[in-house]
Amino acid sequence: MADETSAPTLHALSIAEVDRPSSQLAKFGVDDPLHLDSGKSIAPWQIAYETYGELNADKSNAVLICHALTGDQYVASNNPVTGKPGWWERMVGPGRPIDTDKYFVLCANVLGGCLGTTGPASINPATGKAYAVSMPVVTIRDMVRAQAKLVDRFGIDTLFAVVGGSMGGMQVLQWAASYPERVFAAVPIATGARHSSQNIAFHEVGRQAIMADPDWCEGAYIAEDKRPLKGLAVARMAAHITYMSDSSLHQKFGRNLQDREDLTFGFDADFQIESYLRHQGMTFVDRFDANSYLYVTRAMDYFDLAAEFGSLPLAFTGTTTRFCVMSFTSDWLFPTSESRNIVKALNAAAANVSFVEVDSDRGHDAFLLDVPEMFSTIRGFITGAARARGIPAPGGAN
Amino acid sequence: MVEVSLNYNGTAIRGDHHVVASLVPEGSRVLDIGCGDGGLLALLQAERKVDGRGIELSQQGVNKCVEQGLSAIQGDADTDLEDYPDNAFDVVVMSQTLQATRDPEQVMNELLRIGKQVIISIPNFAHWRNRMQLGLLGHMPVTKYLPYEWYNTPNIHFCSLKDFGSLCDQLNATVEQAIPLNSGGTRINFPAPWKVWNLLANQAVYVLRR
Repeated sequence: MADETSAPTLHALSIAEVDRPSSQLAKFGVDDPLHLDSGKSIAPWQIAYETYGELNADKSNAVLICHALTGDQYVASNNPVTGKPGWWERMVGPGRPIDTDKYFVLCANVLGGCLGTTGPASINPATGKAYAVSMPVVTIRDMVRAQAKLVDRFGIDTLFAVVGGSMGGMQVLQWAASYPERVFAAVPIATGARHSSQNIAFHEVGRQAIMADPDWCEGAYIAEDKRPLKGLAVARMAAHITYMSDSSLHQKFGRNLQDREDLTFGFDADFQIESYLRHQGMTFVDRFDANSYLYVTRAMDYFDLAAEFGSLPLAFTGTTTRFCVMSFTSDWLFPTSESRNIVKALNAAAANVSFVEVDSDRGHDAFLLDVPEMFSTIRGFITGAARARGIPAPGGAN
Repeated sequence: MVEVSLNYNGTAIRGDHHVVASLVPEGSRVLDIGCGDGGLLALLQAERKVDGRGIELSQQGVNKCVEQGLSAIQGDADTDLEDYPDNAFDVVVMSQTLQATRDPEQVMNELLRIGKQVIISIPNFAHWRNRMQLGLLGHMPVTKYLPYEWYNTPNIHFCSLKDFGSLCDQLNATVEQAIPLNSGGTRINFPAPWKVWNLLANQAVYVLRR
């Protein structure tokens, strides 16, 4: 563990964040269990979150941001483990499309995560040890239930908007389907109403890599004081490929060699892309818990709104939520066809929906990057929705 | 006389849009098919306080709509209207788009199914200038109002006002109003029988119901 006399390692920092996070924390006691789709429940439990901007008097300006698989609650402020800036600072902040001068922004670590919300690395109070794989499997709907309980704590009846990309977009759709009267506007980005067979397949490769690592110890690595670093790194490497497009990989790396003039006729990282992926894998293991990766990927795999409601249009029947669905041309993990399925269902439900496919060659990751068309679209949609909701602008700004 | 006025975003409002807007009941639920960059939707929202949606084939058009805070999706009138339930909208508007669809008869059926009321504007191919070019000069008409050559025109299903009237009859659509317009999209304000409009009007706006 961390050496008391020197600066703590990233890993030690991330372990410290699991039960006592730097961010704000809502605790729910044994009398307030979270009931899960699996039929089990967790209590006590906690949810860690960050807020930006101010909640107005009638609590009508709250925007919930839902993070993706390996994201966190630090949407617009520095991550305490890595020290890196918020993961969506281009989208959320003063004067940004989701303007924190105007809206109260809330972002919580997901259930099953490892940055302060109850997850497999959290201490099970019944045993005094980490839950590890004894934690019940959670679903996207469970994540959303947990967020709804947090929103209740703020006394917010209706969220002005729920916004998220990838797994965050799944949560957005789940919010709109489960709590239609609590969501004024919904922005699901680069996502789908179900996890496709191909996507489940990629996740399974990642999970198998983790579970094949002897240091995984059948999930009990925290108790055994080990870490399945290699397995988790390989899982991240495989997943990372799915976040980029062929053309962006080709432009960035091509077949360029890494710090060498010639092929080495060995299995070192000859190519830049190999070196890049290894780096991605190695830095990831410092900030993410391997069991969390199993749980959160599983939640995505289980997501299928049509199955839950009988059909996708039925998930949105009678909704008054206004939707802005967005996809990216080069995203093959959640291709435009997935977004179109959502739009079709929303039309069949006679919902108020906008759909924009943004031209980008950056693959699935485009939603996290500097894509001006995405920002102008979201800004327009959010501004139009605020007009419709009659949200007064603080300080006379518009 | 072409009326020039500006939308709140500073773009010019097309003349026929004023006529269409005047026909849309205030506060109604409207679907604008072929909404372009949202000129008519913005006008309808500002002046008629409608709950408006748009469908547009070009993604740039859709993105411009959403940037302005309008609801629009990328879609094709020929294939995507079947997703909407019956009577989903009070008014379905289709402005200068029917002639560019692959199957206008089927599209008209869908419009009449989704909308309690349909407001549709079409260009009149039997306008006297077109007749002159085809009948006397012997070439496909190219005018300021219909500026395309035959080989690059998106307008693949032209009709005359007379033809459109026949289609309405065939589809059991009741024509509640029919308004002849000049090339600038202004109402032609003198009375004449429809045979005359079929010669003089550049376009017409119809209010239909089934």
